[in-house]
Amino acid sequence: MCLAIPGEIVELLAVAGGELATGRVSFAGVTKQVCLAYVPEACVGDFVLVHAGFAIAQVADDHAREMLAYLAGAEQEEP
Amino acid sequence: MKHVDEYRDRPRAIALARAIDEVATRPWRIMEVCGGQTHAIARFGLEELLPTRVSLLHGPGCPVCVTPAETLDHAVALARRPEVVLCSYGDMLRVPGSTIDLRTARAEGADVRVVYSALDALALARSSPEREVVFLAVGFETTAPGHALAVHQARREGLRNFSLLVSHVLVPPALEAMLADDDRRVDGFLAAGHVCTIMGASEYEPVARRHRVPIVITGFEPVDILHGIQLCVAQLEAGRAEVENAYPRAVRPDGNPHARAMIREVFEVRDRRWRGIGEIAASGLGLAAAYAAFDAERKFGLVATPAADPDRGCRSGLVLVGKLRPPECPEFGTRCTPDHPLGATMVSSEGTCAAYYRYRRPA
Repeated sequence: MCLAIPGEIVELLAVAGGELATGRVSFAGVTKQVCLAYVPEACVGDFVLVHAGFAIAQVADDHAREMLAYLAGAEQEEP
Repeated sequence: MKHVDEYRDRPRAIALARAIDEVATRPWRIMEVCGGQTHAIARFGLEELLPTRVSLLHGPGCPVCVTPAETLDHAVALARRPEVVLCSYGDMLRVPGSTIDLRTARAEGADVRVVYSALDALALARSSPEREVVFLAVGFETTAPGHALAVHQARREGLRNFSLLVSHVLVPPALEAMLADDDRRVDGFLAAGHVCTIMGASEYEPVARRHRVPIVITGFEPVDILHGIQLCVAQLEAGRAEVENAYPRAVRPDGNPHARAMIREVFEVRDRRWRGIGEIAASGLGLAAAYAAFDAERKFGLVATPAADPDRGCRSGLVLVGKLRPPECPEFGTRCTPDHPLGATMVSSEGTCAAYYRYRRPA
């Protein structure tokens, strides 16, 4: 139920006053309309985590890179 | 897919499992809280990668599994009203109430619709002003902001034909309840990453301190889960009991402040009954007074009466708190299967029994 899938914002949709911020998000090529009200800083090209139609977080690229570098280091220590 | 494939890399997973094997000198029991993590552990066979000293207990973090029968009974009663369209996430349709489930109600003619998002239900209310649209709002903190925003938006637009049947639950009180048990089984927790995406880490600090238990915020892919286990075992071996974030690409220390503010605006903390576990004080959310007009129980005069537990012969209450593994249940895979579930842990794809049935049954 708490599943959230990372996808890339490909378009910010123009919304009228009073409507919720909305964009199109691509999940490996499949695009869906997603509510962006909870990630107001997110721009086209950013990755967001999407849960039940709502983007709940922007994926932090720097932290993702750091963790992958840490894991690569751990692999190299293997005999 | 970026931010997914990297964390399903087999050599990385094996390197982490070896690192856990090196650091674990004693038996440790670690509970993953979230049903999504349980599903991934079974699907990717992560328990087979781990040393036998490190065992995983599967926790209560499946909202489908812990929604009480009386909520389902209310959903069925609402769906049977001719003016009501009952909207729900798909996996709630097969969860038995004390008599029937929503799928049966639909087969009998009730207007029950599966939606992907609370906003779909809101759109339906907008386009069908002659109908009463009720959304069955279940879930943990991850799901609450979406439901809160749908209600907030309905009020802003002056929609009077939209309401929520709320059965929201919260993670920290459930952890406290398991830790306070005389028969405590858990040495460390993997906290549910997406719950923390919303709520951040701070509410786990007092739990870790009070109960001397490490809590590691953990993601959902195999490498994420093994990394969480690695950090948790390292803490246990060093005698530390801290909150640690193994999922920083999705979890900031203060969570998502916009989402938290909307939860605070629309909901208030309430006592909740958990199916299979019982009443836990201050463990759920209900609509705040300012949004009472959107509360389906109030709007349709439903009285909350604890329904008898319909799961005769089902031991899901023990499974939900890590005291029984599915293969230890005599009904598992015989009288109880996903096609004929005795209880909710076999119904939901994130339920522990369903995950074991699907991925871990001996051939």
